[in-house]
Amino acid sequence: MQRKPFIQRRHFLQAGSVLALAPALARAELTVEISGLGNERIPIAITTFGGEGVLPKPISDVVRADLERTGLFRLVDTGDQPLADIARPDWNAWRGKGADVLLAGSVRQLANGGAEATFRLYDVVKQAEQKSAVLSFRAELGRNAGHWIADRVYEQLLGVPGVFSTQIAYVQKSGRHYMLQIAEYDGANPVSAFTDDEPIISPAWSPDGKRVAYVSFALKKPVIYLQTIATGNRQVVANFKGSNSAPAWSPDGRRLSIVLTKDGLSQIYLVNLDGSGLRRLMQTDGIDTEPCFSLDGKWLYFTSDRSGGPQIYRVSVDGGEAQRVTFDGSYNVSPHVSPDGKTLAYIGRNNGKFQLTVQDLSSQQTLILTDTTKDESPTFAPNGRLILYATEVGGRGVLSAVSVDGKIRYKPLQGNGDIREPAWGPLAV
Amino acid sequence: MKIALPMSILLAATLAACSTTPPQEPAPVAQPKPAAAVPDTKVTPAPAPAKPAAAAPAPKDPFAELKDPNSLLSQRNVFFDYNSFEVKLDYFPVVEAHSKFLKKNTSGKILIQGNADERGSSEYNLALGQKRAEAVKSTMKILGVKDEQIEAVSLGKEKPKNPGHDEAAWAENRRADVLYKGEY
Repeated sequence: MQRKPFIQRRHFLQAGSVLALAPALARAELTVEISGLGNERIPIAITTFGGEGVLPKPISDVVRADLERTGLFRLVDTGDQPLADIARPDWNAWRGKGADVLLAGSVRQLANGGAEATFRLYDVVKQAEQKSAVLSFRAELGRNAGHWIADRVYEQLLGVPGVFSTQIAYVQKSGRHYMLQIAEYDGANPVSAFTDDEPIISPAWSPDGKRVAYVSFALKKPVIYLQTIATGNRQVVANFKGSNSAPAWSPDGRRLSIVLTKDGLSQIYLVNLDGSGLRRLMQTDGIDTEPCFSLDGKWLYFTSDRSGGPQIYRVSVDGGEAQRVTFDGSYNVSPHVSPDGKTLAYIGRNNGKFQLTVQDLSSQQTLILTDTTKDESPTFAPNGRLILYATEVGGRGVLSAVSVDGKIRYKPLQGNGDIREPAWGPLAV
Repeated sequence: MKIALPMSILLAATLAACSTTPPQEPAPVAQPKPAAAVPDTKVTPAPAPAKPAAAAPAPKDPFAELKDPNSLLSQRNVFFDYNSFEVKLDYFPVVEAHSKFLKKNTSGKILIQGNADERGSSEYNLALGQKRAEAVKSTMKILGVKDEQIEAVSLGKEKPKNPGHDEAAWAENRRADVLYKGEY
C-alpha cells in the first residue's frame, strides 16, 4: 500500500474539540439522483463489519453511502449480520444474490483506545480476493476510515482514485456572517476556517491540501490571503492599491497567479507565495481575470473581454500571444481545467441562463451539463469524474454536482443560508 | 476656467458613449434618480443631523461640507447603464463637485467602490465593478485630481445595495460609490 494512513493528513480533524462541533451544524450531504443507468452499475455486496458497533458510526454504512453516491454501484442486500469468517465467503450464496463484488470486514478495539479495521474485497464471479488491507485509527474517526476503504475499493474496481477522503471548501453566508467552510467531499462535517462580516470569495486549495488562498473584503476592498488550515495562521499575499483577487495555484504549489488592478484594469500576474517576484503576464487595456493553470503548469486559462464580451483564452505562463478557447455564445467565464488536461469546464450564458458547460479541448465539442440558470464556480473532483458547482434553487445559493458526461446528477447540498464559491481539494498526498 | 478644455472633451466622450448603449438588454425599468444640480430631497442617505443654523462659528472644517445635504458633495452614487462603463452626463455634476473639493483639499483621500449586478461570475463582476470605479477615477483625474488621492476598487456583486433580482435592483447595483477617508 503506497499511501500513508489517512489520519496523518487530516490535520484539522485531529483536534477532538473540532469534531465535537460537527453534530451541531447543518446536516447536509450530496445525494445522487440516478437516471437511466440501471445495468451499468456494478452490483456490490457490502456486509456489516463484525465488531463495528464499538465505533460511533459503522464503517460499512460509510462505505455503502460513499460507493452508492457515485452512481456507479448498485448495493446488494446483505442483511445485517457480518460474515462469520471474512476469509471464506460462500461464493454460491453471494452469486445467488446477484453480487459481482463482495466487501467484507471486521473491526477490533486496540489496547491504546484506538481501533483497527480489516477489509477483504472479492471478485465473486472469479471467486478470488482482489484486495485486502488493515488500518488502525482513532475510534472517533471511523467515518474517515470508511472513506479510506471506499477509496481503495473504488480505485481497485474502476482504475481511478476515489475522492471520498478529499475535502471541499466553500463560502456560506448566514445572516451577516460569511464563513469559509472546509467540509468532507460530500459536504458533511463542515468546519469554519475563517469567519467575517465582509464577503469572502474565490477559495483555492494549495496542491498539497494544507493551505487555502482566498479573497476577503475585510479591508473594504478585495485583498488576497493565504491561510494554513491546520493552524489557522493567515497572511496577506497581495494588498496592492486597487483590487486584488482570483488566486490560482501553480501545480507545483510554489506560486500563485493573481489578478491586480494596480496598473490598470484587472490584469493577470504571477507571484511567489511570500509576495515576492511579482510579474505581470500580459498588457491589455481590458479585463483579464479568473486565471487557472493547466496541469503541467505551462498554460494559464483565463477570462478576457478583449473581444467585447467575456470569453476564455489561454496563454503561456511565459507570456506571449493568447489564444482564444471558447467561441460558442457571447458570455463564457470561470474556466477550470480537468485534472487530465483534456476538458475545460466553464459557465456559459445561453438565452440569459448561466449554465455549467464542458468543452473537449481537442475536438472543441461543447456540452451544457445543467438546466439551472445561475450556475457559477465549476470545480473538478481531483479524479476528474465529477464537477462541483454553485447554483441557485428557490432563491438560495446551493452546491450541486454532476458527472463530466452529464449522466449522474446530484441533489443540491444546502446549508444554513446561501452557500457558494466551491473549491474541491486535492487527492490526499 | 482652467479645466474648460478637458471637460469639453470628456463631455463629448460621455455623450458618444450614451448614444451607443448596447441593444441586447431591455431598458432599465427604474433607473435610480440621477443627481440633479439642485439638491434632490429624495436622495437622503440618512437623516442629517440638525443643521447648525448660524450658531457654529470660526473652526471651519472643510470636510463638514461632505455631509451637508444641501451640497452636491453629499451625493456619492454614480449609476451606470447595463454593460456600460462611462460616467453618464447626469452624474457629471456630482463627479465634478467631488473633483473640485479634492483639488481644493489636497489632504482629502477617497475610495471609489465599483459594483456590478448579480448576473455572472463573482470574479468577472469584480472586474466589471473595477471598470466602473476606474471610469469615475479617470474622470476625476481629467478634472485635475491627483492620482494619490484616489483609490479605485471593486466590490463586484458581493455587496448589493438592492438585494432584489429584477432589472430595477440590477440598475441600482451597477454603481460606483465615493467614500472619503474615515467613512470606510
